[in-house]
Parts: sequence; C-alpha cells; structure tokens
Amino acid sequence: MTTDPVLEVRDLVTTFPAESGRAAVVDGISLRIAPREVLALVGESGCGKSVTALSILRLVPKPGRVESGRITLAGRDVRALPVSEMRAVRGAVAAMIFQEPMTSLNPVQAVGAQVVEAIRLHEKVSAAAARARCVELFGRVGIPDADARFESYPHQLSGGLKQRVMIAMALSMQPKLLIADEPTTALDVTIQAQILDLLREIRDRFGTAILLISHNLGVVNELADRIAVMYAGQVAEEGTREDLLANPRHPYTQRLLASIPSRTRRGEPLAEIPGVVPSPGEWPAGCRFTTRCHRAFEPCAENVPCATQISDTHRAYCHAVAREEEGAT
Amino acid sequence: MSAREVLLRVAGLRTWFPIRKGLFRRTVGHVRAVDGVDFEIRRGETLALVGESGCGKTTVGRSLLRLVEPTAGQIWFDGVDLARLSRAALRPYRRAIQIVFQDPLASLDPRMRVRDAIAEGMETFSIGATDRERTERVAALLERVQLDPRQMWRYPHEFSGGQRQRICIARALAVEPLLLVCDEATSALDVSIQAQILNLLQRLQDELGLTYLFIAHDLGLVRYLADRVSVMYVGQIVEEGDTERIFTDPRHPYTRALLAAVPSVDPAQRGVSARLSGDVPSPSAPPSGCRFHARCPDVFDRCPVEEPASFPVADGVSRCFLSDPRGPGGSAASPARS
Repeated sequence: MTTDPVLEVRDLVTTFPAESGRAAVVDGISLRIAPREVLALVGESGCGKSVTALSILRLVPKPGRVESGRITLAGRDVRALPVSEMRAVRGAVAAMIFQEPMTSLNPVQAVGAQVVEAIRLHEKVSAAAARARCVELFGRVGIPDADARFESYPHQLSGGLKQRVMIAMALSMQPKLLIADEPTTALDVTIQAQILDLLREIRDRFGTAILLISHNLGVVNELADRIAVMYAGQVAEEGTREDLLANPRHPYTQRLLASIPSRTRRGEPLAEIPGVVPSPGEWPAGCRFTTRCHRAFEPCAENVPCATQISDTHRAYCHAVAREEEGAT
Repeated sequence: MSAREVLLRVAGLRTWFPIRKGLFRRTVGHVRAVDGVDFEIRRGETLALVGESGCGKTTVGRSLLRLVEPTAGQIWFDGVDLARLSRAALRPYRRAIQIVFQDPLASLDPRMRVRDAIAEGMETFSIGATDRERTERVAALLERVQLDPRQMWRYPHEFSGGQRQRICIARALAVEPLLLVCDEATSALDVSIQAQILNLLQRLQDELGLTYLFIAHDLGLVRYLADRVSVMYVGQIVEEGDTERIFTDPRHPYTRALLAAVPSVDPAQRGVSARLSGDVPSPSAPPSGCRFHARCPDVFDRCPVEEPASFPVADGVSRCFLSDPRGPGGSAASPARS
C-alpha cells in the first residue's frame, strides 16, 4: 500500500554564516513521513536535527536560510508558498512542540486565552465557541479540571501540564503532522511516560504523523516507527526502529548505542566516541565522521560515501558498510 | 557486600527553607526540601541518590558541605559531626568533600585561566610550597583527566562541554578529597561525551580510592555505576539498597513506578507504563501519612493517616507499610517508629 506522504523533504540545505562564507548546517537531508507514521531524528547536539525541523516550517531564524531542496507538506510546496498561506499551513497542516514549554508560552497571559487566540487565528469562530473547544482539548490531552485551568497562568502549572497545554494548542487545528522537538527532555521520567502515552494516543486517534526529534534513544524506541540518525548535517543511517536499534551498521550509530550506560554491563567501560562533533565549516571533505571513526580506512577522508542499501528499509552512508555488503553478495 | 568502613553517615538530616511573606518578612511556612534523611556511604563505594526534580536530592548534596545550612540532623564524616562544627573548624572538611555540578560553564570563572582555577583550592589549603610547584601539580592533574597540560593557560570558553567538566573534576581533585559529590555531573552532556566522563570517574575511583555520592535522575546510568541506591521522594528516602536488588526487586511502590517509567533502548521491549498520575506534591505542604499515598497504586486505609517508618528490607530499607515486618496492617499497640 502506498499513500501520499504527509511530509517529503528532498535534498534540503540550510546555511548559516560562518567565518568564511556560509556553512551548511543541514546539508542534503531527504525525509519522508506517511500518515500515522512516527519518524525519529536522532543524533548529538549540533548535528542539525532542530534546524531541519525549523526549515520544514520556514521558521529558521535569521541569518540562517534554506538554500535549496524541496519541502512538500500535504502536497503543498512549502518553499513556494506566500507568507500568508504559510501561516495557515503552520498549525493547520503541521504544528510544532518544543522542549521548553515555559519559553514557548506567554507568561503574562492565561493559557486558555493563548489557545483561543491560536484557534481564532485560523478559523472564524466566536470567542465562546473557541473557548469551548479549548476546554475540550484540555480534557482530551489529560489536563485535569480543564475549566479551571483555562484561567491559569503558565507559572501556575507544572512542567508536565505546560507541555500538555502546548500539545493542546498544537492539536487545535488537527494538524496532519506534529513536529515534536525534544518534547520530554525537560520532564521527569514519570511525567515523560504520561506524555509518551498521550502522543501515542494522538497518533492512533487522529492518524497524526509525528516527526520526533530526540537524543534519548529510549524515548525514540517507545514511539518511533522509523529512525534517521543524523551526523554533522547529514543522514548517516536510516531504517526501521528494529533495523537501527537491533542491527545498527554505521559506526556512529553503533558507538552511540554502545555509549548508553543501560546497554553496557557493569564493570565494563562505556564505548566512547573520541572528540566532539566538529563545527559546521570544519567538516571533513569525505565522510564527516572520519575524524572520530574507529573503522575509518583509506577512502573515508576523501570520498563522500553513497547510500548502501542493507535491506528494503535499511540504509547506511558508510564506506565500511559498503565494503561489507559487497563482500556479502 | 564489602565490610569497608563507613566514611559518611547522615542521620535525621533536615534542611528547611523559610517561606517569608509580608512587610516584616514573617515566616509563614517552610519548604521541607530535606525532611529526615538517613544514609551512609562506605569508603570507595558509590551511592546514588535518585528521584524526580524537587525531591530534595540536590539539597542533600549541598547540605553535606553546608553550602546550605541544615535545620537539624547529623553529618558524621570520618568520625566528626560536620553539622555541629563552627565555620572555621569546618574548613578542613571542605577540602575532604568536593562537589562537581551539572553546568561546568557556570561553575568556572570565565576570567580565570584553567591553571588558576585548578590551583585556587591548593592555595586556599596550602598545598604545594611555591607557585611553580602548584603549576606542576596542575599539569599532572590535567593529564590525569586526559587533557593536554599545555592548555592550562587557556580560558574556560575555549573548551568543549566535556572538556570543561574534566577541568571541574581536576579542580576538585586538586585538594585531594575523600568524597566527591557529583550533582548531575553528566546530565547536560551528549551520551558519547557522558561516556567519556563516566569512564574517567570510574578510573579515578579505582586509582585514588575515591568515594562517590552520585546525584542523578538517569536510572540507566545509576544501575551501571552505583553500588547502592537511595530513592528520594518529597524530601525523604523511600527506599535504599544494593543497586541490583533495587532494579530487579524494588519494594517501594514509588521505586517500582519510577523504574517502570524508564524507556528501554531494547527494540524488543517497548511500552513503558505511566503508572503514576498527577505531579509530585509540593515540599512546602507534604501530604499527611505516607507522602506517596495520593499517587500510589497500592494505597490502603493506613497510608493517609499514619507515616510509615523506614522498615528494614533485604539489604536496605523501604518506607512503605507493605514492607512492615508485622504485616501491612501493622499493630495498633506499637505504632511504627520513624
């Protein structure tokens, strides 16, 4: 069965000014998400996960800009849309929730009024109708005592409740795609479990597709259908959740998983990745992971690795994997 | 279990913060951040203090060094009750207990070169006779934490997050502490960088015989690293025991719920359960009886009215009536002692 993807990104390049010219912080990313599908973008800080998400919604902060590539959201060419139409697409087609609900909410306005404002920005409905819808949304995302919470200010709510308000706001227009950028990172694990339940329920009930951005592979394992591992602005490996977590092939994915304490036996040292992600503009010419890779060999520093198809669903961009696969066939 | 001697024993520790209101700043209540905490750490051992934000784990760490003043209780370190010492008498113990915080950039003076940041403590405690000797010691310390000694004349902003945390560790080691308190020391780091720091801390413990108090919320890390675990909830320790037992056979319903909420990275295991509804209660108005009763899946009639004691279980304690050796109902004749 093939359905039209909710989101299709082709060869996205987003640049920021660097010491010499502009550096591509996102450099040739391609993604596809089907309805009801959860795609997780994972990788260390600075790999370009959030800039990818912001590019999709045309929210890249200046002086950054999308340089090239095609972004299609529910059939619409995002880069060609006039500003007014783009505003309608945000919220109605794709909505975003962030790590810090506190910084995304207005601290001097009651949370209910903020959700009502979001609703009435998109739809010509009366204040009373918008309020009723807001209270209903609050109930749906599990905010207890929704009527009373309508009048609460952000500082009166716990972190978990604030994130629920953000999710209610994001859902107010029933978007086809929810972009969740580290949605549980600021929350305690018991609250995180509640939010994961809520996100699963949203997907199941409304068929919402989710682009999940997270560095927490436990959270990714809970929610994702497919995973794309990013390194230095590019996709290093992608596949289903099982492909990536049970059978990681790219040395970066392998080391990333092996450095997680809960996957390591007590008394054994954790796998390390030496050094840090190089800054944009200092990326090696060939494979960008070369300088930190324990399996680098002679083509890696010079030649950009192409995709090696490991299975129908699983591919990696790595010379070592390419050699292994050639040997296998 | 090893029979090593106890280095630190904390008994009945209370750290309350006054809530002041009105023109005359009258005290109208207290935030009971730490409210009757007991634990001990043996030499060379790693104890992890875990719990959700606001449970008081950070305040425990700060109270040990009296960076915040405890309201009551004893802090026995090496046979001396630190809680009763005068400021002057406390000084040598400030050297013996060092702390590494979550955010290395905030704990390093941006205008101070790395060499001076590390040597500052040595000067305070008269370690090293001359400047030159101290510089040599700084070089050795940087090597010990796997940084290039030639970088000692640089400023903190010239280093990455992981390198800065190494500098903080070198600074702590400079005064030859016995106990290192690591307060979420790796929480802000990417997992691959966290691995570097955790490997370093483990090696330092082996080489120097250091004792660690690890304050952490990442339970995967705790299971990997700690010998013993204390679980805190609203200012109290609700369960304590050997790490493997806590993770495989938790006795307190809060510990069980906490562990059930941790997502696994094993693709064959999916579906954490949100067993707990609602939020952690405020430490300024802790619930009556057992502090966990309003969220507890196993609550029964005794819980809201009576405060459970720390009952002995296996290799530790559990502050839950289900662990009452006389049975969950207890005995009306001899009420539980806390």
